[in-house]
Amino acid sequence: MSKAESTETTISEDGVIQSVSGPVVSARDLDARMNDVVYVGDEGLMGEVIEIEGDITTIQVYEETSGVAPGEPVENTGEPLSVDLGPGMLDAIYDGVQRPLDVLEGKMGSPYLDRGVDAPGIDLEKEWEFEPTVEVGDEVGRGDVVGVVEETVTIDHKVMVPPDALEEGETTEVTAVESGSFDVTETVAELANGTDVSMHQEWPVREARPSENKKTPRTPLVSGQRILDGLFPIAKGGTAAIPGPFGSGKTVTQHQLAKYADADIIVYVGCGERGNEMTEVIEDFPELEDPANGNPLMARTSLIANTSNMPVAARESCIYTGITIAEYYRDMGYDVALMADSTSRWAEAMREISSRLEEMPGEEGYPAYLAARLAQFYERAGYFENVNGTEGSVSAIGAVSPPGGDFSEPVTQNTLRIVKTFWALDADLAERRHFPSINWNESYSLYKDQLDPWFEDEVADDWSEKRQWAVDVLDEETELQEIVQLVGKDALPDDQQLTLEVARYLREAYLQQNAFHPVDTFCPPEKTYLMLTTIETFNDEAFKALEAGVPVEEIVDTEAAPRINRIGVQEDYEEYIEELKADISEELRSLY
Amino acid sequence: MKEYQTITEISGPLVYAEVDEAIGYDEIVEIETAQGETLRGQVLESSEGVVAIQVFEGTSGIDQNASVRFLGETMKMPVTEDLLGRVLDGSGRPIDDGPEIVPEERQDIVGAAINPYSREYPEEFIETGVSAIDGMNTLVRGQKLPIFSSSGQPHSQLAMQIARQASVPEEEEGDDEEGSEFAVIFGAMGITQEEANEFMQDFERTGALERSVVFMNLADDPAVERTVTPRMVLTTAEYLAFEKDYHVLVILTDMTNYCEALREIGAAREEVPGRRGYPGYMYTDLAQLYERAGRIQGREGSVTQIPILTMPGDDDTHPIPDLTGYITEGQIYVDPDLNSQGLQPPINVLPSLSRLMDDGIGEGLTREDHADVKDQMFAAYAEGEDLRDLVNIVGREALSELDNKYLDFADAFESEFVDQGFDQNRDIEETLSIGWDLLSMLPKDALNRIDEEFIEEYYREDDSEREVVEAAD
Repeated sequence: MSKAESTETTISEDGVIQSVSGPVVSARDLDARMNDVVYVGDEGLMGEVIEIEGDITTIQVYEETSGVAPGEPVENTGEPLSVDLGPGMLDAIYDGVQRPLDVLEGKMGSPYLDRGVDAPGIDLEKEWEFEPTVEVGDEVGRGDVVGVVEETVTIDHKVMVPPDALEEGETTEVTAVESGSFDVTETVAELANGTDVSMHQEWPVREARPSENKKTPRTPLVSGQRILDGLFPIAKGGTAAIPGPFGSGKTVTQHQLAKYADADIIVYVGCGERGNEMTEVIEDFPELEDPANGNPLMARTSLIANTSNMPVAARESCIYTGITIAEYYRDMGYDVALMADSTSRWAEAMREISSRLEEMPGEEGYPAYLAARLAQFYERAGYFENVNGTEGSVSAIGAVSPPGGDFSEPVTQNTLRIVKTFWALDADLAERRHFPSINWNESYSLYKDQLDPWFEDEVADDWSEKRQWAVDVLDEETELQEIVQLVGKDALPDDQQLTLEVARYLREAYLQQNAFHPVDTFCPPEKTYLMLTTIETFNDEAFKALEAGVPVEEIVDTEAAPRINRIGVQEDYEEYIEELKADISEELRSLY
Repeated sequence: MKEYQTITEISGPLVYAEVDEAIGYDEIVEIETAQGETLRGQVLESSEGVVAIQVFEGTSGIDQNASVRFLGETMKMPVTEDLLGRVLDGSGRPIDDGPEIVPEERQDIVGAAINPYSREYPEEFIETGVSAIDGMNTLVRGQKLPIFSSSGQPHSQLAMQIARQASVPEEEEGDDEEGSEFAVIFGAMGITQEEANEFMQDFERTGALERSVVFMNLADDPAVERTVTPRMVLTTAEYLAFEKDYHVLVILTDMTNYCEALREIGAAREEVPGRRGYPGYMYTDLAQLYERAGRIQGREGSVTQIPILTMPGDDDTHPIPDLTGYITEGQIYVDPDLNSQGLQPPINVLPSLSRLMDDGIGEGLTREDHADVKDQMFAAYAEGEDLRDLVNIVGREALSELDNKYLDFADAFESEFVDQGFDQNRDIEETLSIGWDLLSMLPKDALNRIDEEFIEEYYREDDSEREVVEAAD
């Protein structure tokens, strides 16, 4: 049930509360279907039907239930949990059931979240300048764009024929369409089959929006993070998991992606995480520039914040709210990236509700349908051909918070079975402040091969060879380190000592990236590539010197090479790198 | 108000009673025993005809003839500025023989969640005077930064040191803060009388009591009461911070006892247990406490939390520290090895973390080189720590000159930087200055995380510039 409609209540059959236990309420005599939205108690707390047994209906309530007593009424809306879709979702911040938090603050007149206050997900009164893209007499099918609204400076919001207004393949004639100022509830186009198209649509969150078909993604979601773009890229329309123990930098990685990924739209879902982190996003994003066009970052961002202390049932739904919004922009032909931080909190919310329902638990108390739910969520990501013929994508990046940092737990394992990119965060790296602390031995990307052609066309022909070289050196280092642990570095032969030195530059200069440095925080793929070639230059020249008889100590002690560590912070990196390569060659050659 | 003598079942801390009216979830209950004793409880589950009540003081003495009264409201904490200087029990009743407390307001102890939109991001540095914290894992106002400790460690002394010292620069700068004052609220949950005495003596000795509120639930007090104590504490903290403009530092000790109490209630209710028998909703429950730290736009005050928890078996993958770490904004590790080496405070900075540090330090807040110095010291200390393992196998002679310097650095870091004693209060300048003394033990080009400009300005070319002369060996 959409809140845009809640003013004109469509009561079907009322029930009476029978018992209350935390977020789970059971009601008697309620005529309801599964997943119907209901209003519970005298205060009208929003809830959703999750179990029906005889004449007892079980409801999960999205708000705090203190003080709610048996005997109070339950009112059914007869509709499933839906989101309001339309212009105004960008630059907005919602809770898990799409209530705008800024509007709630005003309505409640308090910095605390009160109960029983509701507000539509989009402003129903705000007027938008509608520009038609069809004329009277044009044939349109489902999902077709009838006009455009400038939603933010960055994004043109396309007003579409609702996908459920027509059958697949069916078309109908536009009988009226008008340009001008409208609010989202007003009709902007009329169709011959009787459909009135407005800027407002509703969609039930637990149902994927229809699409024509799913295609193999072949464009990378460029993140500006060296280790991701360089070694473990994700595709536009791809899926990725970031598991890691606390303090390993999941949230910083997610924030970096939200800031710098080259998607058109970002949907950021803060699911059961810290309030201050969401505040940071709210405060920072309006001031940060979109790297693509210099506009405020918020102009392409929709935030969903259901922090850990907000009601647990709304935490369960926030992931669905987020992905439905993402799908809606995908239908317009945009590339959308969705960050979910953290899917473990989502899984825990399912566990909590499940245990209150006294369901038979699966592994570690999680419900047996955990794997199915995770798969359903990630399957809603992808590179799609939309029903209106455009192409759009939803990339889903989920943080996972495994208890004790143990990746063998159910949420991590079930996620890894689905996602194709795995960025494993490592507490050891974080402890020595190696950030981003993504473990290069454990992580992988299954998109590498299908994305290489893009990098080879757009950046450099030998992109994949260079990457393989870096991976080989790092692998060799890992093996050598085991020996070093036993006998010390000096016991190794010279060439292996040199490999360690090269690998050190890879780790310290290339893999590490300072998210808090104004320049280093974003590294375009060209810079990522050039940095790698600089290290390779050092590698080649150093080995030549070694072959010529120069002792390894002298090679390591040269002055030019350490400047590799400063490439990251250079704004005019091309010049710096060129000079540096020349200096490295010259200095090393002068040794023999 | 109706009285019932309808108790049907008593089990652990729970009492089940039949009722013929609607009773609200979370409502407060009074139970009068045959001996005339009045016990308090809370409705845990309310169904038509029967309610489950959790009794704070424990159920001993209750029989089926005891009478049950439902007060028709959820649990409230009477709050007033006059609470400052008072000592209360775990349920908020005065135990210091002082005058009766006249509340200005009565607030629900289950605080509503702060709207993330209304929060203000914490970025004001709190100088604790402890180098390992200020220098490496800086605390900021509105942060929740727990101390991860284990049994037998001096975490209480560290907490007292922070409570004592953190206040000092605050009062000196009092002017530009428009009279925002500092207050400490101390919530003891299940600690021993002896520990409690230590805290009280320290409060009295330093005169800190008059700007403190103390809640005492001791080890022999009912366990169930412990689930209420932190909520009382935080309700008081929110009132003082957001309505009376205080900067409140909340110390909660020991969160482990709190979680044990949660588990006890969960078991009594025959709930499906999660990891190690703790309830599946423990994450949510802890979040509802920890998330009450913060700042709010347009309000002067702030709530900063330092919860202390003793990790069973010094294992940070145990559910209590694990879930805590996922909610709080970092953690400070107290390390038994460093403690046995006599370091005071025995903080291990490597696994410690302050998530809000990066926004709370730097030019205008602490000093422009702070972030770089911190990064470099972390890297160098981690390097030295690694080498220690190696030295045990191959000996120092087999290591390069640079490696030996890292080893010296790690030793000096512990003896000079961390080991400052529980009574020494260092300002941030001094902390950073010691940091540079230590970093200057390393060659300049090993300082790859520090901006060249800062190396130019602060690197000590020779020993005479060093303020603290150490002897690493």
